[in-house]
Amino acid sequence: MSAATASPATSTTRPRPGRAVLRAELILFFREPGSVFWVMAFPTLLLLALGFIPSMTEPKEEIGGLSTVEAYVPVAVLLSMIMAGLMAMPPVITGYRERGILRRMSTTPVRPTAVLGAQVGLHAVASLISAVLTIAVGRIFSDVALPGQIVGYLLTLLLAVVCVLALGSLISALSPNTKMAQAVSISVFFPAMFAAGVYMPIQQMPDLMANIVEMLPFGAAAQALNQATAGDWPDLIHLGVLALWTLVLSAAAARWFRWE
Amino acid sequence: MCRPGPVRHCGNMTLIEVSDLRKSYGGRPVVDGVSLAVEEGEIFGVLGPNGAGKTTTVESILGLRAPDSGTIRVCGLDPSADRAKTTLIVGAQLQESELQGKLTVAESLQLFAGCYPRPADWRTLAGRLGLEEKLNTRFAQLSGGQQQRLAIALALIGNPRVVVLDELTTGLDPAARREVWSLIEEVRASGVTILLVTHFMEEAQRLCDRVAIFDRGRVVALDTPSGLVAQTASGTVISFTPSRPLEEDVLAALPGLASVTHRDGRVTLAGTDETVNAVISLLARNRVSAHQLRVTDSTLDDAFLDLTGADA
Repeated sequence: MSAATASPATSTTRPRPGRAVLRAELILFFREPGSVFWVMAFPTLLLLALGFIPSMTEPKEEIGGLSTVEAYVPVAVLLSMIMAGLMAMPPVITGYRERGILRRMSTTPVRPTAVLGAQVGLHAVASLISAVLTIAVGRIFSDVALPGQIVGYLLTLLLAVVCVLALGSLISALSPNTKMAQAVSISVFFPAMFAAGVYMPIQQMPDLMANIVEMLPFGAAAQALNQATAGDWPDLIHLGVLALWTLVLSAAAARWFRWE
Repeated sequence: MCRPGPVRHCGNMTLIEVSDLRKSYGGRPVVDGVSLAVEEGEIFGVLGPNGAGKTTTVESILGLRAPDSGTIRVCGLDPSADRAKTTLIVGAQLQESELQGKLTVAESLQLFAGCYPRPADWRTLAGRLGLEEKLNTRFAQLSGGQQQRLAIALALIGNPRVVVLDELTTGLDPAARREVWSLIEEVRASGVTILLVTHFMEEAQRLCDRVAIFDRGRVVALDTPSGLVAQTASGTVISFTPSRPLEEDVLAALPGLASVTHRDGRVTLAGTDETVNAVISLLARNRVSAHQLRVTDSTLDDAFLDLTGADA
């Protein structure tokens, strides 16, 4: 044993604690096939399947002259974010807290915030990759035009992904255990999917419903993405609603998060 | 099983100093004025019943909890104020703390090695703890003993001067427990000071140079295991069945005697080594033969019950 402790350390590399944590979390992310499928494959597959149904690719008046597939591209993009933020991430974080992993990390020079940061970062990147896949599949297989206002589109994507991960973090913060986190996530998951337009694109909703949905983060995000797709800069009200939600959810998550 | 444990101070430096530590949860004092000092190179045991404040004390030493009052110094550092520096000096295995179930042994070692600026070589460490066969096994697939060996490896990976092991062997079978004990002895032999929290008397008696017995948030005794045993009223227990009854006042006059009990014709005397010699010559003088004569040392168990059981 003496050599292990007496040797003045085999520090061949500069310490990059964040990197070690990120590497471990990346390995773990890919060992959860369920998460990988629902976040990175399912939304694209859904769009692909719609594209093979002929009636789905015809322009429809009730959705402003778009085809169903075209209307579903932003929906599929948001769906992947919702999967990442609400279904994939909260059980991981609450599980880490429940099993003392965050507490164990606290006894090393790495702060447990590095673990949370890695989780948020990985899920954000995974859903953004999924968004690119979805847009590419729409373009290649169903001839859906690329977003016209690319900067507005990207800005909305970034806001939406931060918002959903803040919501997921808040769920992790408030849930005493993994089971509770899953129950809360599920009950937020369906309204979030509805607002994003999974059941009915927001363009098809009755006015009153659309007005309400637009005040929710994913309704606002869906509207902003639709406008950016059409080549317009998203309305400030949509971006504002999304930004406000993001701010409130992040602050609440930071306020109530417990490490053990 | 009573091993005369000489105090082996490898240095005369105090590594951990706790004075008058207090911590309450919801108005209930969990740690109520604990003071202790751990010297460099020793295995210091923290022993006590559940809820005695052991874990709260070591978690304060680790800087995981801020005490209500009192001071803690680890190599001169205040663990809750100097968290970052303290983590470089103290390695830890926490009670009821797991690792990511789907990370392999090698990946866990790399993760923790990556957390420290000057880590030990993780492959060497894995070899020393007998984990080289298990490098590609996921944490969730390891046996309890293997998980605890990994926990020791991870506690050592930052080249700490002191490691805190909190209930390391709880839940292990006796064979795995003994295996972990010899690993702890090897760790100490390498110069690392160990703060060992346990509720197994046998473990404390076998491993520790000094033991602090905790009860209801206080240190009720602090000594070597043999010192604690000697402190108890009855250091030695002599029992036998005499061939004919002995007179009570003759027995009562025995030197060093603490107590006499008669049961089914069997006499049990609690006393000291002196009592043993006196009993033997007494029996010889009176030509009484003693059947099934047994002389046993009282153990740390007896000491523990003596110290904590009185008001339990």
